[in-house]
Amino acid sequence: MIFDVAFSTLLRKEVMRFWKVSMQTITAPVLSSLLYLLIFSHVLADNVKVYEGKLAYVAFLIPGLVMMTVLQNAFANTSSSLIQSKMSGNMIFILLTPITPIQMFLAYVLGAMIRGVIVGIAVYLASLIWAPVMPAHLEWMLLFGVLGSAIMGILGLIAGIYADKFDQLSGFTNFFVTPLTFLAGVFYSIKSLPPFWQALSHANPFFYMIDGFRYGFFGLSDSSPWLSLAVVLSFALVLAMIALRMLQTGYKLRH
Amino acid sequence: MPAVDIRALAKSYPKVKALDGVDLRVEEGEFFALLGPNGAGKTTLISILAGLSRASSGTAAVMGHDVVSDFRAARQLLGVVPQEVVFDPFFSVRETLRLSAGYYGVRNPDPWIDELLGHLDLSKKADANMRSLSGGMKRRVLVAQALVHKPPVIVLDEPTAGVDVELRQSLWGFIKSLNQQGHTIILTTHYLEEAETLCERVAMLKQGKIVALDRTANLLKGVGGIKVKLSCHKLPDAYQSKIIANDTQKQGTYSLHLANYAELEALLNRLRTMDIAIEELRIEEADLEQAFLKIMGAHA
Repeated sequence: MIFDVAFSTLLRKEVMRFWKVSMQTITAPVLSSLLYLLIFSHVLADNVKVYEGKLAYVAFLIPGLVMMTVLQNAFANTSSSLIQSKMSGNMIFILLTPITPIQMFLAYVLGAMIRGVIVGIAVYLASLIWAPVMPAHLEWMLLFGVLGSAIMGILGLIAGIYADKFDQLSGFTNFFVTPLTFLAGVFYSIKSLPPFWQALSHANPFFYMIDGFRYGFFGLSDSSPWLSLAVVLSFALVLAMIALRMLQTGYKLRH
Repeated sequence: MPAVDIRALAKSYPKVKALDGVDLRVEEGEFFALLGPNGAGKTTLISILAGLSRASSGTAAVMGHDVVSDFRAARQLLGVVPQEVVFDPFFSVRETLRLSAGYYGVRNPDPWIDELLGHLDLSKKADANMRSLSGGMKRRVLVAQALVHKPPVIVLDEPTAGVDVELRQSLWGFIKSLNQQGHTIILTTHYLEEAETLCERVAMLKQGKIVALDRTANLLKGVGGIKVKLSCHKLPDAYQSKIIANDTQKQGTYSLHLANYAELEALLNRLRTMDIAIEELRIEEADLEQAFLKIMGAHA
């Protein structure tokens, strides 16, 4: 049985962990996203045309910001939980128990998804003050929201297991996760980029998560949603296999 | 079926052999001590048993369940009190214990948690955050965590380090009662007198090998002789070799190991003829510490 008491306890622990410091884990990221929204929409609204002017810039920006927040927070949840447990030594509370690798994987990743989705919903609701953007294709939006948060939860799991120190992890966040999310077309349509940068953006898996999510809102996107789905699904699969392999072999957890 | 069955267990790290072919069986219901100097491999052995480390070769099983191929059953039957005091600063004592119980699949753990808190004198701290606890209290929470799923085999890695004397007594009282109820107890400790009074059987490890494995009583018999504590301003040269190495901190105070009372008689005569006054004299029976030093010395 995968979904037994042990699994639900670990999931509950993961949720309790971020909930107890919700000021840091929920309120703060929501606030910074709203600041982006406020500033970028004020500065750029009249200067940036997206999708040949078919869409107001503020409306374009909102799904991107929501998804960026979902992705960054899902990543932060697993990665910080793992590194904290490893550094303080309390990882053994989980390693000593009969919890299986697949249960660990699912509980950690689901915990990350829950945080990502909560923060995303909060940003979305607050953004309604600026522009009432409604998803046109709810199923696409949900699909990409769920898959994106799962991917980043898995990536955080890998980074948290791999990192030996806090600064290694923050390096991973600062030099990998943040740039790739910022450059994934949150603030602009990549069609506005010179060809070289456009091509490079297509090599960024984060671009497909955000583009697909945006398609869920407007039915408009830089790439076909099916292509995005294919890329995102394969990315998820590869990362899941790496993470599961790490947990099964006890990489950096069981010596 | 033995509670713990370890066969040809070896563990190599890039630079050291932490375990070098250990065979060990601990029967159900035993109170067993694992002794050895720092770096002897005690914690490595426990880590492999608990699944925290992987053996390089050999096998280990808890109540007949291999710790690798049948790890779920093995871990369910094992409770481990780790040597280092670790805790999760996000949670209170009760939350910590509820989570641990949940990881082992225990439903409705509160009655047993309350009982554990009572035994470990932690009831008043049930809702305190882990951060606010003293070191000794945190250690007792670790004991409670190891017992929260009522495991038949309990391993304690230096459980009383940093715990004050009074609490040490009550902790051992509790562990003894668990042993009387049928739990198998395996402990590592630096306090040899603890092992001597509590444990029926002792294994001594040195450099990853078992150098002695016997009933405590037999090990003590093996030492033989008597331990004499003597205060005098000078000791005849012939007796310098009888000094027990670790016990000469105080100037003019000697701990000697003598074969029998006749040898003591001879020593006393010698002192008298040399006109050396005895300020203090105490005779003790052999203890596990002597056995330990003798065995460790023999395998130097």
